[in-house]
Amino acid sequence: MEDKLLSILIWLPIVGGAMVLAVGDSRPAIARKLSLGLSIAIFLLSIPLYTGFNALTSDMQFIERSLWIDAFSIYYSLGVDGISMPLILLTTLLTVVVVIAGWEVIQTRVSQYMAAFLMMEGIMIGVFAALDAVLFYVFWEAMLIPMFLIIGIWGGPNRIYATIKFFLYTLLGSLLMLVALLYLNNVSGGSFDILDYHDLPLAMQPQVLIFLAFFAAFAVKVPMFPVHTWLPDAHVEAPTGGSVILAAIMLKMGGYGFLRFNMPITPDASHELAWLMITLSLIAVVYIALIALVQQDMKKLIAYSSISHMGFVTLGMFIFNAQGIEGAMMQMISHGFISGALFLCVGVLYDRLHSREISTYGGVAKPMPVFAAFSVLFAMANSGLPGTSGFVGEFLVILGAFQVNAWFAVIAALTLIFGAAYTLWMVKRVIYGKITSDAVAELEDVNQREIVMLSILAAMVLIVGIWPNPILDVMHVTVDNLLTHVGESKLP
Amino acid sequence: MTDITLHSLKVSAAAPEIFLAFAACTILIVALFLPERSRDQISYLLSILTLLATAVLISVQFADSITAAFNRMFVDDAMADTLKIAMCVISAAAFLYSRRYNEERGLFKSEYYVLGLFAVTGMMVMASASHLLTLYLGLELMSLCLYGMIAFYRDDKLAVESAMKYFVLGALASSILLYGMSLLYGLTGSLFLNEIAAYMSTADHGNVGIALAVVFVVVALAFKLGAVPFHMWVPDVYHGAPTSTTAFIGAAPKIAAFAIVMRLLVGGLEELHHMWQQMLIILALLSVAAGNIIAIAQSNFKRMLAYSTISHMGFFLFGILSGSETGYSAAMFYVTVYAVMSLAAFGLILFLATANNESDDLDNLKGLSKRHPWSSLLVLILMLSMAGIPPTAGFFAKLSVIQSLVNAGLVWVAIAAVILAVIGAFYYLRVIKLVYFDEPETDEKIENTTSMTWVLSANVLLIVAVLPWIDSILLLCNAVISQLAL
Repeated sequence: MEDKLLSILIWLPIVGGAMVLAVGDSRPAIARKLSLGLSIAIFLLSIPLYTGFNALTSDMQFIERSLWIDAFSIYYSLGVDGISMPLILLTTLLTVVVVIAGWEVIQTRVSQYMAAFLMMEGIMIGVFAALDAVLFYVFWEAMLIPMFLIIGIWGGPNRIYATIKFFLYTLLGSLLMLVALLYLNNVSGGSFDILDYHDLPLAMQPQVLIFLAFFAAFAVKVPMFPVHTWLPDAHVEAPTGGSVILAAIMLKMGGYGFLRFNMPITPDASHELAWLMITLSLIAVVYIALIALVQQDMKKLIAYSSISHMGFVTLGMFIFNAQGIEGAMMQMISHGFISGALFLCVGVLYDRLHSREISTYGGVAKPMPVFAAFSVLFAMANSGLPGTSGFVGEFLVILGAFQVNAWFAVIAALTLIFGAAYTLWMVKRVIYGKITSDAVAELEDVNQREIVMLSILAAMVLIVGIWPNPILDVMHVTVDNLLTHVGESKLP
Repeated sequence: MTDITLHSLKVSAAAPEIFLAFAACTILIVALFLPERSRDQISYLLSILTLLATAVLISVQFADSITAAFNRMFVDDAMADTLKIAMCVISAAAFLYSRRYNEERGLFKSEYYVLGLFAVTGMMVMASASHLLTLYLGLELMSLCLYGMIAFYRDDKLAVESAMKYFVLGALASSILLYGMSLLYGLTGSLFLNEIAAYMSTADHGNVGIALAVVFVVVALAFKLGAVPFHMWVPDVYHGAPTSTTAFIGAAPKIAAFAIVMRLLVGGLEELHHMWQQMLIILALLSVAAGNIIAIAQSNFKRMLAYSTISHMGFFLFGILSGSETGYSAAMFYVTVYAVMSLAAFGLILFLATANNESDDLDNLKGLSKRHPWSSLLVLILMLSMAGIPPTAGFFAKLSVIQSLVNAGLVWVAIAAVILAVIGAFYYLRVIKLVYFDEPETDEKIENTTSMTWVLSANVLLIVAVLPWIDSILLLCNAVISQLAL
């Protein structure tokens, strides 16, 4: 089973999703239980990926490789390294949370909803595990389909605009990446193996163009300023589960893409264009944080906060040192927990009062003390309080930035102020203060199901925050290897 | 001159065409003597059986090598056989879809299906043509039958109008083609495609006559394909024709179009590749652009699909203009996948159509997922495949075409193509939006025959289910193209 583990992790959710779909909408209880069982089973199955992982090598592990399309020499080729493995675990864990989050909230087309999330889980694992460019691309694009439907069917009032915008934005970027992949295929003499591209010599001009094509795909996904505008729309309209997956995992694919494609395939262009990446990242960190400050809608605020935090990720990558990249990885993982948790918190409130406006609330702490405790914890984590996972990534990135240019670090560190400002100000207005209305006064505190889902994430936020080594250890060697790769010029 | 015998003519190479034409005549005659109430029913069944039997016949004597028959006017090779099998099977499915729709509109007549059989014969002749005359005969046999199949719905103003339009513009295109052919004959002194090719390999390509001939041939082919700016007839014909006929026209004739392009441009004029490549780049880019952009403005499903056809034909031309074996085989794969998708799309309209509702309005699809979940899933798969989103066959078709462009060094064309494909994705997504996100306007029950449901489902699911075997199909395309001995 060891050698087929990745395949199982990819196909079990997809086949399981089809099974849930077959249960039909007339029996929602069975669909829910089946999905929960499947998602937990998949999470448990994914643990051997961590325990069986050899952290001493940067080679791909759990490799599977068989010929798929001989005519184009496309392989069904899977494997993980220290960068992709933690992200797969993040995916399997968050899917469990999302299934729990949708338990009572989703009442229409339950089996379709659960099936969409399960299938998406398999596809996302496929993205992280694929080592063949076309296989990667197939998963990358296929992922849009369930998300498109999730936002479009179960989303808010403006969902159609948001979901089509989301789809087309991502599609445009992806197709440019496809051309780049086909170009690489041509230059490499017909190989679609991503690892082959890592060693492929390329002149400067093609490198820059390929870099920009990949940039189009991944910057949209991250999302980086100025191609971030789809994200607030998609987040606001998506159902809670959709927002969680979007923020926690889909955005990470952009970051993953930069690490797997841009930096090793086009190292010279990466250095050449690092100024662009750093500038855009810093704009995201500062400018988007300021935008977050003025939001009236909680989901929008968290969405902008996500963009701002993802700016840290791209900044960490393009300063080309170990702290930066490991910080970026930590930031991605921690942001997965924190933003997911914050969206769940908004979802909890939304399920009760059907409003995401900050002004609707006030004094929520009195009727909902347990909820308030969770919210404050996640808010603190989002502001980067030491002891929470949010601190680790930001600290490492700032540390790395100092080694390159003190100004980068100073500007990036502003986020600690802005982040605290918008998050805590929102907490102040929503959780504390006087009870603003009768509706708020009658709010019921979180129930057991909600406590379970929030506790999982709260535990992760604290564990990673206090003791990040288990995650850092598995990525050290891979990151070092990546840095040597990026350091070597590929110019012929 | 040697004695002409059946053996020296190698008649057996054309056995499938002969069988099909003979069977069509037989059905026409037999129908005369059948009692009126079972006549159409029996000829309909016989027609489908004939097509399937022809497909079997072709596969039984599938060509391992190239056989030139009828004094080299007719050629039987692996590409022709593959295309012919596809034509027969796809047309048989189109017949199957047509049944209820035709019954409800008084089109369920034995003559309709006989015309269809002759049209398929024409397409098959085109696929095997190695002589300009054979090519032209096949083309006209197909076209005339198609005009008739549209005009069959003679009580319908739109149908008659579109038949007229199709006929006039089709005749214009044919005359342009004839003019190009006559120029070729004047230049080379031969109507045999291989002799034309031999002449071109030594000729001075600066000759104005050659340039003129190529221009006429390309324009005529663009007309027949419906490439922009020669596309005006496509939306009107697709929209005006009875949907059962549109389903027929939209599928197998596209494969025949691939055949004629291969025989004429590649088989005959490949030496002039540098000339027609430039023209095709412009035609293809315009087609993809105009087709995709204008499709956004359509409110009629059939018209939208017509514009989508125009853009798909542009993509198909990308494969051809790459001018390599991989390009041609990509185009062949693309056109086959497209034919299957187009058949399914019109099949869906036929599935939803009722006696007094053509169901070709896009608004008619609103809330389909609540009225008929299964067919809405089919729409989802189909639209994603047409938009070229993985994991569907449509994606691999686009992939192979774009790959051939990149390999031919036409990276900028590839970039333009994918950007235009994003525009195209919008209107396919809009269909999904109507089906899944909107509320239904009626709760009228959707019913159809079991056979229709099964065949349509198989047709659509084929688009995804084929993935594990997609390699064999691509290899087959590669093999038959490389056998062409270019």
